[in-house]
Amino acid sequence: MSILEQTKSPDLHATNPMVTRKPFVGGRWQHSMDVRDFIQHNFQPYTGDASFLAGPTERTEKLWVRLTELLQEEINRGGVLDADDKVISTITSHGPGYIVGPETEQIVGLQCEKPLKRALMPFGGIRMAMAALESFGMKLDPETEQVFKYRKTHNDGVFDVYDAEIRAARKSGIVTGLPDAYGRGRIIGDYRRVALYGVDRLIAWKKKEHDEAGSGVFDEETIRLREELAEQVRALQELKEMAASYGYDIGGPAESAREAVQWMYFGYLAAVKEQNGAAMSLGRVSTFLDIYLQRDVEAGALTEREAQELIDHLVLKLRMVRFARTTDYNELFSGDPTWVTEAIGGMGVDGRPLVTKTSFRFLHTLYNLGPAPEPNLTVLWDERLPEGFKKYCAQVSIDTSSIQYESDTLMRAQYGDDYGIACCVSGMRIGKQMQFFGARVNLAKALLYAINGGRDEKTGEQITPPFAPITASVLEYDEVMGRLDQVMDWLARTYVKALNIIHYMHDKYAYERIEMALHDKDVVRTMACGIAGLSVVADSLSAIRHAKVHVLREEKTGMAVDYRIEGEYPAFGNHDDRVDLIAVDLVKRFMDKIRGCPTYRHAVPTQSVLTITSNVVYGKKTGNTPDGRKAGEPFAPGANPMHGRDVKGAVASMKSVAKIPYEHALDGISYTFSIVPKALGRSEKERVENLCGLLDGHFGEGGHHINVNVFERETLMDAMEHPEKYPQLTVRVSGYAVNFIKLTREQQLDVINRTFHGQMG
Amino acid sequence: MTSPATTCPCGAEPRGKAAERPVVSADRGYVHSVESAGTVDGPGVRFILFLSGCPLRCLYCHNPDTWRMRGGRLRTVAEVLEEIEGYADFIRRARGGVTISGGEPLMQPRFLQALLEGLKARGMHTALDTSGALGHMVSDGLLNLVDLFLLDLKAGTEEEHRSLTGAPLAPMLTFARRVEGLGRPVWFRHVLVPGLTDGEDSLRAVARHIAGFTNVERVELLAFHQMATHKWQGLGRAYRLETTRPATDADVARAKAIFAEEGVRAEG
Repeated sequence: MSILEQTKSPDLHATNPMVTRKPFVGGRWQHSMDVRDFIQHNFQPYTGDASFLAGPTERTEKLWVRLTELLQEEINRGGVLDADDKVISTITSHGPGYIVGPETEQIVGLQCEKPLKRALMPFGGIRMAMAALESFGMKLDPETEQVFKYRKTHNDGVFDVYDAEIRAARKSGIVTGLPDAYGRGRIIGDYRRVALYGVDRLIAWKKKEHDEAGSGVFDEETIRLREELAEQVRALQELKEMAASYGYDIGGPAESAREAVQWMYFGYLAAVKEQNGAAMSLGRVSTFLDIYLQRDVEAGALTEREAQELIDHLVLKLRMVRFARTTDYNELFSGDPTWVTEAIGGMGVDGRPLVTKTSFRFLHTLYNLGPAPEPNLTVLWDERLPEGFKKYCAQVSIDTSSIQYESDTLMRAQYGDDYGIACCVSGMRIGKQMQFFGARVNLAKALLYAINGGRDEKTGEQITPPFAPITASVLEYDEVMGRLDQVMDWLARTYVKALNIIHYMHDKYAYERIEMALHDKDVVRTMACGIAGLSVVADSLSAIRHAKVHVLREEKTGMAVDYRIEGEYPAFGNHDDRVDLIAVDLVKRFMDKIRGCPTYRHAVPTQSVLTITSNVVYGKKTGNTPDGRKAGEPFAPGANPMHGRDVKGAVASMKSVAKIPYEHALDGISYTFSIVPKALGRSEKERVENLCGLLDGHFGEGGHHINVNVFERETLMDAMEHPEKYPQLTVRVSGYAVNFIKLTREQQLDVINRTFHGQMG
Repeated sequence: MTSPATTCPCGAEPRGKAAERPVVSADRGYVHSVESAGTVDGPGVRFILFLSGCPLRCLYCHNPDTWRMRGGRLRTVAEVLEEIEGYADFIRRARGGVTISGGEPLMQPRFLQALLEGLKARGMHTALDTSGALGHMVSDGLLNLVDLFLLDLKAGTEEEHRSLTGAPLAPMLTFARRVEGLGRPVWFRHVLVPGLTDGEDSLRAVARHIAGFTNVERVELLAFHQMATHKWQGLGRAYRLETTRPATDADVARAKAIFAEEGVRAEG
């Protein structure tokens, strides 16, 4: 550990008469809710390199040491340190909590009164909450359980409405991971509003909206809106109350940098106290906060070390967000993820880079606090980003494998320059847009249903309405495609039907009142569908078209259970249009089918090509496929080519993936790239330059997302055997990062077996 | 341009059927494989074209599967250029280029020339990864199409070179001088094989040759690895280095120091 310089007292509040801060540049933001306008008028792009950054302070190290102990204890106790079995978590349910105390913690606030304790959030589904507690060896307090004799949850509502078709699809696993028993998440409150305006003003605005909503006829829509706005006002009042319990009055706007970070964090904290959403993104706060940090630095009220300390302490808190999950959930989304996604960088629509010193400071936490999966740091990449920033990002990737990249070029055209990323890859305008999270369907299973007349290849059960199975001994492309198209019709209909029910009930029983209080009144909603197994299906269809696929049928039932490929076929991932265009067609085809379905609250339909870690579970539930993949073998993650079939190297693989049209997968297209350090270049400098080159190339081709992992396969293998040696080993999987040692063994093997690009000189 | 089949143009005795005659076609040639994301064979992210066929039989070869020319696939120049064209934008953004490697690309001089002409017409940065053993097969016109030479100097003395590769050293040096005369930059490379190419005298001899050139942009010491063992086994060839240990970082550091004493700054 380095010798640390002494830091001054951080107590530099606006009330300090010695500090004269420059007033902010005024604009539209002063009289209407417009955080972007504030940023545009006040931020200072930074185009230099990383040399200004400072190491951790003594306080940071003290905190981190204590937190490391707690994290170790959490691992030792099987992944959960403590959980609440009695108090239903709300914004104000728990008193203030600290890691060591407010003198050390420059940014305060925990979900519960103790660090890493998992709060009880039962409104998504009481059964899920109880099962989670039971998996920790605890039991829900009978008095609390009693509440749910009278109070219905989201999960109850959904199952009141599900029909036989949805139940069958859910059971067979052609539709998986639906947020019908837990918090849907993927909603990003504009937490910056808390700092910029103060809660009092937010309340006044919301009250006004409430007064004005539905001045004419009170139809169902208006009634719902008015009730929601009333809930939002209540949530904001509770937010203020919660902050007060920590000794802060956040009624007015933040003045100092420290206040800005703290106010913003209180907003976020309120959200994670009340919602155990599948993904709880932070949004895009770094450049916003930089305005305050820069102002204090210029006023002489803050040193670089202190500025870094504030960001370190914020990030440290974000690393501590916990939710109570069940074993099933972990199998699907392994490694205890929370997707506290922060979008960093990007370009402004006026051509100025939105990169500031605080963009660097966020990334620098990966050195000051070591690598970690959360917060999910996401760099919004554009070829025109400042060189110094690009190089620093590449360096951080090489050193920590903890960041992901997404195309600012693509998303800026879609969402402007003040969007964030919900969960892994879903872009949305901050405070103006939300999504109805829809997990994903298993496209490979759909293909097998097309061959087997809608019967499940594992159980033999009829899942779709019956139709004639394919009986030919050699599969014929047009026939298979025709049936697949029909199955996709049915699948899209069943799937969107389920999602409509889920989101209707989530709004009704588990409404995200604080997150929505930090949105405009009229938001754009998307219905975020998704597909898994894209490369399996594209390769299967390619094999059917370009080689000869013989069907092996079970004698008794006549079901197609295995396939024999005669000849070779072009596989997805080799920049070969013969198969890549099949993948493109599949994505567009399914998107068009989703577009044809009516959606709850007129949500705009979108889809993602993303699996997170569920590619392993999907593979387990899916029989042999015509591409030669054996039953039970994992799918490739996200939009990746299948393991080992991309034989022309990483660029060919990226080019294939980049062909998938973003316009038909606006919820994101995930690609995971793992490479051994030596294959990136011989020297450190070359590795950094080459990684920048690969990123420029990938996004220049129209790629949407890339996870970058740089490590030796041997490291992972050693970590499987000796997890205690690698408490911070972080790997990027489809759309998020995890602690490698927290993955299930199957998922660890999947990561290791996944295509490693390791060309040797 | 045809040469007698009995001896290799580089002077090496052909070892069985494996050593083949250069191919003379200008519109078709044998391609072993491609790598779309090469990062260690020239600057930037590069498309690497591995041509098949090699006159040398280096004991430590890590691509013995490229020795037989007809082990590759016969492809037309147009086909190959069209494939590379598909990566042109990516390569430009990644500030890379195209490296032609092998095998020994000079085995197919006319095919190589046509490829290089096509690449230069497309404004691509070109690198040629060669031992130079067949340098006499190609014209200055061809060499002038190459932006960077990656020259593998396998040993510093005639005797060592012959025992290591089966071919004399002199043609390589002659080739390197020609490249120098044309004012083209070179990256010299030397593979460190413990107990075989890393003796102090051997290293000094290699370094002294390199020190005598004025067009050296970079010198790389490549650590021998055992990742090609399965290739040798798969080909059913006798692999004499089965028990040789891979070179370590310490081996590289030691070799660097020796090179430095000879006035050559090498990278590992």
